[in-house]
Amino acid sequence: MRNLFALLAGSLFGAGLFVSGMIDTAKVQGWLDVFGNWDPTLAFVMGGAIVPMFFAWQITKGRTPALGGIFPPKPDPIVDRNLVVGSVLFGAGWGLAGLCPGPAIASLTFGGTSNLVFVAAMLGGMALVPSIRSWLEKPVPAE
Amino acid sequence: MQMDWIWGLVGGLLIGTGGAVFLLINGKIMGASGLIGGLVDGSGRNTAAERLWFLAGVALMPLLLYPLYGEVDTHITGNIGVLVAAGLLVGIGTRFANGCTSGHGVCGISRLNFRGIVATVFYILAGGLSVVLFRHILGII
Repeated sequence: MRNLFALLAGSLFGAGLFVSGMIDTAKVQGWLDVFGNWDPTLAFVMGGAIVPMFFAWQITKGRTPALGGIFPPKPDPIVDRNLVVGSVLFGAGWGLAGLCPGPAIASLTFGGTSNLVFVAAMLGGMALVPSIRSWLEKPVPAE
Repeated sequence: MQMDWIWGLVGGLLIGTGGAVFLLINGKIMGASGLIGGLVDGSGRNTAAERLWFLAGVALMPLLLYPLYGEVDTHITGNIGVLVAAGLLVGIGTRFANGCTSGHGVCGISRLNFRGIVATVFYILAGGLSVVLFRHILGII
């Protein structure tokens, strides 16, 4: 049952990314390119997506998920280095190729070799993170 | 151009509805980087099936819609160096930030989650600067 609704949610997500044009890297870069020929589409996509999610969050209050468990608790409003540095790195790559993780998966079947190269590098980057984290957190040896 | 906005809004509503289904029924936040990343680093091993079914929907639905559109050009670059660098940045960045456009952007902002809003501000600023640098100054993209 969980898998069926996961497939449904993923299908809606994939359909939305496709019809909105967010699988088109030129539209994404066009939105980020405020000094070029600015394309406002992404703002409409973001705005449109936030509306159902806003109502969904309202519904969660005092309830539990239909298939059991609990809703994810709201994280503490703490801004740490990982959040800021990670978002900056992500944004830099997003602008560079015009792809974020969702659209990269949504265009897997028709995005050609370039799309596969991007996804492979993205998966590689994700796989590296636990090692980078432990390297960063390694205590400095005492003199 | 005007049709693009309308389709953007329609697509956005579909994305948000997908997020609402995943939240209200499965009790999960629809964040693409988290769902993928948990499979890559093993942290999502216990929920691997759910993650794979979700991603199957994301990847296969556009394939079903594709014939209706005829030709769809993603305008993706053919520059391997750019693709690898961008992929690594997106992969590493989203895992450090613990979210991307869907998790922090769509799901975070709609909950007025402070971390989601801060992340979104930073990745949009960085994305804008990236386009300025690589397109207008360096002329790579």
